[in-house]
Amino acid sequence: MGQVKKYVVGCFDDEKVLFPAVKKVRAAGYKIQDVYTPMPVHGLDHALGMRETSLHTAGFIYGITGTTTALVCMSWIFTSDWPLNIGGKPHLPLPAFIPITFELTVLFAAVGMVLTFCYLCQLAPFVKKHHFHERATDDLMVMVIECTAKTNEEEVKAMLNSNGAVEVNVQEAPVGWWLGRYDRPSKLFKTREVAY
Amino acid sequence: MSLLKYESTLREPLVDGEKTYHQVTEDICRPVEEKANTGWKIGFTISVALLLFGIYSVYREVTYGIGQWNLNKTIGWGWDITNFVWWVGIGHAGTLISAILLLFRQGWRTGVNRAAEAMTIFAVMCAGQFPIFHMGRVWDAFFVLPYANTRGPLWVNFASPLLWDVFAISTYFTVSLLFWYSGLIPDFATIRDRAKTKARKLWYGVVSFGWTGSTKHWQRHESLSLVLAGLSTPLVLSVHTIVSFDFATSVVPGWHTTIFPPYFVAGAIFSGFAMVQTLMLVTRKVMKLDDYITLGHIEAMNKVIVLTGSIVGIAYLTELFMAWYGGSKFEYDAFYKYRIAGPYGWSYWTMMTCNVISPQLFWSKKLRRNVAFTFIMSIVVNIGMWFERFVIIVTSVYRDYIPSSWSVYYRPTIWEVGFYLGTFGLFFTCYFLFSKFAPVIAIAEIKHVLKTSGESFKEKMDVIEKESVDHFAHEHAHAH
Repeated sequence: MGQVKKYVVGCFDDEKVLFPAVKKVRAAGYKIQDVYTPMPVHGLDHALGMRETSLHTAGFIYGITGTTTALVCMSWIFTSDWPLNIGGKPHLPLPAFIPITFELTVLFAAVGMVLTFCYLCQLAPFVKKHHFHERATDDLMVMVIECTAKTNEEEVKAMLNSNGAVEVNVQEAPVGWWLGRYDRPSKLFKTREVAY
Repeated sequence: MSLLKYESTLREPLVDGEKTYHQVTEDICRPVEEKANTGWKIGFTISVALLLFGIYSVYREVTYGIGQWNLNKTIGWGWDITNFVWWVGIGHAGTLISAILLLFRQGWRTGVNRAAEAMTIFAVMCAGQFPIFHMGRVWDAFFVLPYANTRGPLWVNFASPLLWDVFAISTYFTVSLLFWYSGLIPDFATIRDRAKTKARKLWYGVVSFGWTGSTKHWQRHESLSLVLAGLSTPLVLSVHTIVSFDFATSVVPGWHTTIFPPYFVAGAIFSGFAMVQTLMLVTRKVMKLDDYITLGHIEAMNKVIVLTGSIVGIAYLTELFMAWYGGSKFEYDAFYKYRIAGPYGWSYWTMMTCNVISPQLFWSKKLRRNVAFTFIMSIVVNIGMWFERFVIIVTSVYRDYIPSSWSVYYRPTIWEVGFYLGTFGLFFTCYFLFSKFAPVIAIAEIKHVLKTSGESFKEKMDVIEKESVDHFAHEHAHAH
């Protein structure tokens, strides 16, 4: 499970309260590890200072890989590997290649993007992650602030409370993910020194 | 303020009732968390029984050969290919709703997209069975795949529409499955975090892939959905286009027409929406989801049905016109002697009545919002669309160029019918399992539109409605 860190967790139940709070916490210089939301909240990624995802660029690259694969394979097969005479038609019938070329473009792009998405977000069966609040997938927007050696927890808690958080607590949580099952409780390993 | 999302009060709310985020979760997760009711158990048992009968029918066909069906040398395509095209057509609505309506920013798609996508996947699974078992020697079915083999390597014919079908259907199935499942992951996570029993924690923990709801993950998820929608939109149109190429690239009278691709796509959307209606009307009733699948949703789908039904009607008339105007004797005979008249005339007129005439009743708003009428109409449309494929396939081939090979009346055997019933079994078995073990409505997407289009939130728009335009613009400009 690796390294364990300390976090101050503030839960919000309304986007209208969350956005100003995000602004203030960031202005105060604290590091927001993440905000966990039950649904996509538009604009939150920008409010947190995240850059745009490049997933669609990856999709484009996968797509043209599919196009190339289809065209190259079919042309090679029909002209050089095994040129068949099909009703006296040309050996390189490009218009007849359009459907398969298109389908493979879409197939490569879709499969590639989904796999890339799963890799980037580290999603897979039997992957287990620390969940800061079980209602983060229900109705709470959970802001997680990472503590450093200089962080005054009480100050952060007070700040979250005054900015409309409905619930505030401090948690120690492992960084990243591990293989595990959700029906078994996970132990918090403290084998390594906690880096505050 | 900057967060203001304004939506006109003239638009019907997409979510009825006073809902909070938590209430949405509760409402949609309830059927998954409750024990299955008697209705579900009875329905599931019937579906499995049908599936078993289908499996036995297929077993007969595989063991004793295609002769178990009443196909003959002239009518080489009968019920099997009719059923194939019918199921593929039904499998178009899901991706249309989730992809095309996403690109067109139709908010109402959120209520029905998840179930419609599931339906798409199951329908494509059913469709795939027919061409595979129609091959006869099904154990050689993998010959359609282009792989370096020991037969030369002898490759498949990439210029054949039947091979395009292999690529189109398998790509469509894969992409629809990925699109559907990537949307399900966050909703499975919702159920996982509410789970009380060990088995449920384990199961939903596995299928939710460790989803946390991180902002970065949502950002990527949104990007993924949008690009998959963009890819699926031409894909869904291409699939039925390619299915229509199976016919249109041949030289059989009645098939050899350039109108086929748009005509087939419109027909597919038409029958797909009808099937969505059939399923959604039952689902919303049984699972008490009327607040999420509202009369507004039903009306919107009925509008699509009347539009596509009319397009299909125009296509039928165009075909008749071209058969006369084109001046080809064989084309003329196929339509005027063997389709609208002749021994199969009844199937043509069933198709005309069900697909073109009866959906016109949906021009009436009262009927569009009538649940019972919509349900009956959805069944009528699906019967009509089955007959459309039957008419296209059988009435074109039963009398071909040589009168000596003209076939007598074609009647399916019990095993042909059994195969068809079996796919109903497969379809409904899958749908029942889906409705029991997965959220039938996209929870996260409903939450996303709740604050703009939920009934209780729309009322807050009344205040803004009363403001003058200048005042609103001024306020909005200084919101930051």
